[in-house]
Amino acid sequence: MQIEKLMITGLMAGLLLLSSAAHALSPESITSLTTGENEQRIDAIASVVNSGDSSAIPFLKNILNDEVKLADGKILIVSESGAIDAMTGEVVTLPEYPEDLINNNRMRNELDIAIAALSLRSSDDAVRLAAAKKLQQTSTSEAMLPLVRQAEKSEKRPKIRTLLVEIRAGIELYSSDKQLRLVAAHELAGSTSAQIRQSLTSRLELDGETDPEVRLAIEAAIESIEERLGYYEFAGTVFTGISLGSVLLLAALGLAITYGLMGVINMAHGEMMMLGAYSTYIVQNLFRQYMPEWFDGYVLAAIPVAFIVTALIGVVMERTVIRHLYGRPLETLLATWGISLILMQLVRTLFGAQNVQVENPNWMSGGIELSSNLVLPYNRIDIILFSVAVLLLIWLLLNKTRLGLFVRAVTQNRSMAGCVGVNTARVDTWAFALGSGVAGLAGVALAQIGNVGPDLGKTYIVDSFMVVVLGGVGQLAGTVYAALGMGITSKFLESFSGAVLAKIIVLVIVIIFIQKRPQGIFALKGRSVE
Amino acid sequence: MNGQENMTTDDGYVSGSHLLQPGVLDTSHGVVLYLDDVTVSFDGFRALNKLSFSVDVGELRCIIGPNGAGKTTMMDSITGKTRPDSGSLFFGQTLDLTRMSEAEIAQAGIGRKFQKPTVFEQHTVFENLELALKCDKRIWHSLFGKLTGQQRDAIDEIMNTIVLQELANSRAGLLSHGQKQWLEIGMLLAQQPQLLLLDEPVAGMTDHETERTAELLNTLAGKHSIVVVEHDMDFVASIARKVTVLHEGSVLAEGDMATVQSNEQVIEVYLGR
Amino acid sequence: MHSNYQPFLLRLLGNSRWVGYAVALTVICILIPVLNLAVPEDSALHLSDYTVSLLGKILCYAMVALAMDLVWGYTGILSLGHGIFFALGGYAFGMYLMREAADAGSQLPNFMVFLDWHEYPWYWAGSDSFIFTLLLVVLAPGLLAFIFGWFAFRSRIKGVYFSIITQALTYAFMLLFFRNETGFGGNNGFTDFKTILGIPIATAETRIVLFALSGLALLAMLWMSHRIVESKFGRVLTAIRDAESRVMFSGYNPLHYKLAIWTLSAMMCGVAGALYVPQVGIINPSEMSPANSIEIAIWTAVGGRGTLIGPLIGAGAVTALKSWFTASFPEYWLYFLGGLFIVVTLYMPQGVMGLGKKLLGKKS
Repeated sequence: MQIEKLMITGLMAGLLLLSSAAHALSPESITSLTTGENEQRIDAIASVVNSGDSSAIPFLKNILNDEVKLADGKILIVSESGAIDAMTGEVVTLPEYPEDLINNNRMRNELDIAIAALSLRSSDDAVRLAAAKKLQQTSTSEAMLPLVRQAEKSEKRPKIRTLLVEIRAGIELYSSDKQLRLVAAHELAGSTSAQIRQSLTSRLELDGETDPEVRLAIEAAIESIEERLGYYEFAGTVFTGISLGSVLLLAALGLAITYGLMGVINMAHGEMMMLGAYSTYIVQNLFRQYMPEWFDGYVLAAIPVAFIVTALIGVVMERTVIRHLYGRPLETLLATWGISLILMQLVRTLFGAQNVQVENPNWMSGGIELSSNLVLPYNRIDIILFSVAVLLLIWLLLNKTRLGLFVRAVTQNRSMAGCVGVNTARVDTWAFALGSGVAGLAGVALAQIGNVGPDLGKTYIVDSFMVVVLGGVGQLAGTVYAALGMGITSKFLESFSGAVLAKIIVLVIVIIFIQKRPQGIFALKGRSVE
Repeated sequence: MNGQENMTTDDGYVSGSHLLQPGVLDTSHGVVLYLDDVTVSFDGFRALNKLSFSVDVGELRCIIGPNGAGKTTMMDSITGKTRPDSGSLFFGQTLDLTRMSEAEIAQAGIGRKFQKPTVFEQHTVFENLELALKCDKRIWHSLFGKLTGQQRDAIDEIMNTIVLQELANSRAGLLSHGQKQWLEIGMLLAQQPQLLLLDEPVAGMTDHETERTAELLNTLAGKHSIVVVEHDMDFVASIARKVTVLHEGSVLAEGDMATVQSNEQVIEVYLGR
Repeated sequence: MHSNYQPFLLRLLGNSRWVGYAVALTVICILIPVLNLAVPEDSALHLSDYTVSLLGKILCYAMVALAMDLVWGYTGILSLGHGIFFALGGYAFGMYLMREAADAGSQLPNFMVFLDWHEYPWYWAGSDSFIFTLLLVVLAPGLLAFIFGWFAFRSRIKGVYFSIITQALTYAFMLLFFRNETGFGGNNGFTDFKTILGIPIATAETRIVLFALSGLALLAMLWMSHRIVESKFGRVLTAIRDAESRVMFSGYNPLHYKLAIWTLSAMMCGVAGALYVPQVGIINPSEMSPANSIEIAIWTAVGGRGTLIGPLIGAGAVTALKSWFTASFPEYWLYFLGGLFIVVTLYMPQGVMGLGKKLLGKKS
């Protein structure tokens, strides 16, 4: 929707530049379009559409944009650069009190449709696509039929063609010819548009279709559309579930390192994410101020910045507080909660208690439209890819590098690792820094899809702990399955029960699940160590 | 587990019932512990591999074996901490240990000493023994029950046996390693178990303490059935009548100390190659 | 030889000292009403209504801190969800107060009228009875604690794991109570109470009676807790904290013991919540926020866990400081509270009581 509007306005601007005067229109048309009662003007629009004269488009747009004024019996097109006479195209001086041409909503709608209909003959694919979409969304009158048929015949692009077929069939559904109506119903059965389902349903309503055979065909068409829409809706739920899962995964990956591997329970983990998001905010502002031409690249720059900032804070935390609490998990929990309060308040002091604005770069806005009810936003897709990349990096780091070897050694047998010459204290610091840094990366991602405020961390902390607990301590694979499972489950529940209840149900499911598998999905069985 | 705890009668035998395995401890055939075909595996690794052996009433049995032979896992399965994947575990003829919780097994009369001495460090020696003492261990009794004179005497007697009477009011956390080992043995005695499982009872003890422990165990044998897991061969030689050698989760050899020591397989396992 | 035997913990506490604290608390409960009501307002000794309501709040918090201490200090189970039991007690009593304050026409509280409900939902049944409400105040949190505890303790969830799950529990309940359709007033919760048992709630006399009741309840709980930790039951709890497996192999079923003290602790919180609501005049879902619950832990930690008096001191000190900070430098309160969490865990593991003991020990 948003994209279409943008495209349409863009096109309008472009066309206006090309020809600002309505030379092509006959003076009679210009007069009838601008004077008289609304009914007469609408008839005039219809006849312009019937003529199929696409050179009328600029003037129709002038009318739509309230640029047409009446003064001294002349019809003027007024823009910032001055006024021109619509009939002659001559530049004239704008009289002091020009009369506005009033367009009510119905008139605007008719103008819109007319512009779209005439644009169907444009040589630009994008213009035709936008026009066809526009017409498909609105109810079109039989008067357009010839135009649409003609456009359909000459159209080469399958996507636009499909739309044109739907538009034509939509009009023919009201035809007096029963055979035409039947064919139209069959043609519409292939649609993926909720709009078409809507118009089919309204055709069935009181005073609508009376012929039983056509009714049957329409009903079948509705059913087939609904089935198809259902598939897309299902796919959409799976997608949002995976998207939520990837966010949870990003939030939980850092915890999987600090809690899962090191056994340190970091209640300030959420605040690390929050700081990552604020780092993104700062980088964004710096880009905007000092190199606006590179603005779209700010997210890429924010990734290392957020990682380094949060990793450094992690180092400080580990050295000053957590180090002294190893082996006392409950105390660690309370102390890190204290740190989280301080960090939250610090951010409030520095940036204020209000949310700050983080803008998507251009390449992250918009999305892939699979059907009218399924759009995959680019920012969500990017975050899914990002989380896979982060996961892969962590896996490589833990399994293929010396640091990873040391971390695993220290977590499995601290004193033995110390005996064979591993500097366990340093490994602790590095591992904690890594966990915090990953939280910072999660913050960059969260900044692209949600509000950035001092409370950001607290909204994710419970969920991300649940992911780690559910996945099993010390298991990256478990964390992945738990995150995706929780994400998809909650999105499916949401479609039945609403967001809040879904959240509660998921928490309850996790609690019950832990009854059955107290060590998580992927726990290693082993000799119990007391 | 079933909400119905076993009641103990004055003569020390367990009455009451267990839902799935009704019955009292029955050792009339002279066997107190019976393991048959017990297998426990962790991620494919078989800690116990079709282990079978039995312990007679009043017997003092030593179990030896190299590291990873399955000694601790065997103790874990007997006391209900680890559930076997297959096989049967009976206490006497009637009590199926695989169906009882740790607390029920302890109430039924199996006491266990851990490898690492485990006592209540914040409690005094007296309190440690009081908590272990054989009595009704349900909440209500714990809330309102009072120690009887008889019970106090029993605790005093145990403190004498383990030579900690001078330290009755000291915190257990302040005791030396050997004293903690003894306190734990004392706590087992207070439970008045039919079967005592001792995991390395003399680890970290001085020679003198080890000697005294051997004496203590020798006097207990006969009254209780005792299973000792130990690495210290001298100690084993000083107490053992019958020795079972475990290797890779099953019994390698069994017999008196001399027989076992001359067994070629045992020598191979212990000395390598 | 053991005729002079005393449980170790009790000796630490000192029997006589304990009686001293109890007497002091009784005196305070009498003195404060007198200073508020009988002493003229211009006297230096007069206590303002604000102070009395703050002190009443502290008494309720002290009960919660004591309840937390029984499970955390003595049994080693750190709950990050005790706020939920407090809030449930508060909501249970709040239901009664809302009924009393219900709109004369529709007989329904305003928030239900706004929802276009025409009758009370089923779970409001009985909330018009004062006796039933008193029962609900202990039974609602008790039942929730029992069910949750039974599942959690049965599957041997302990330590940090347990703490995180209690946090999730209180978080889930907070979300639930935030919903308008849940039927507990949504965001705003319950407020605008008018009467208790037909007696106006806002008068000085009612406030003083509620204050005194809170004092009495705290005393009763203190006595009960004292009896519990002094009994063998209490020693089993501490034993579970220090070596749970040994407790199990000694023939105790830790599940039953943990479940008992956990449920009792929740009920104590319920009573505290019920006394808190009429004194403060509002209950809303934010009482169930994870942050609130974790603050309870810090009261207990500041005062000193494993002692009975510590939690009372902790709750009082932290709450008093909070009200001073939020009045004078609101923006610094979280810095202070955060710092308190860190300092106490790093340098004062035994809290104020431990510090006091250390200082006294050095002198003698």
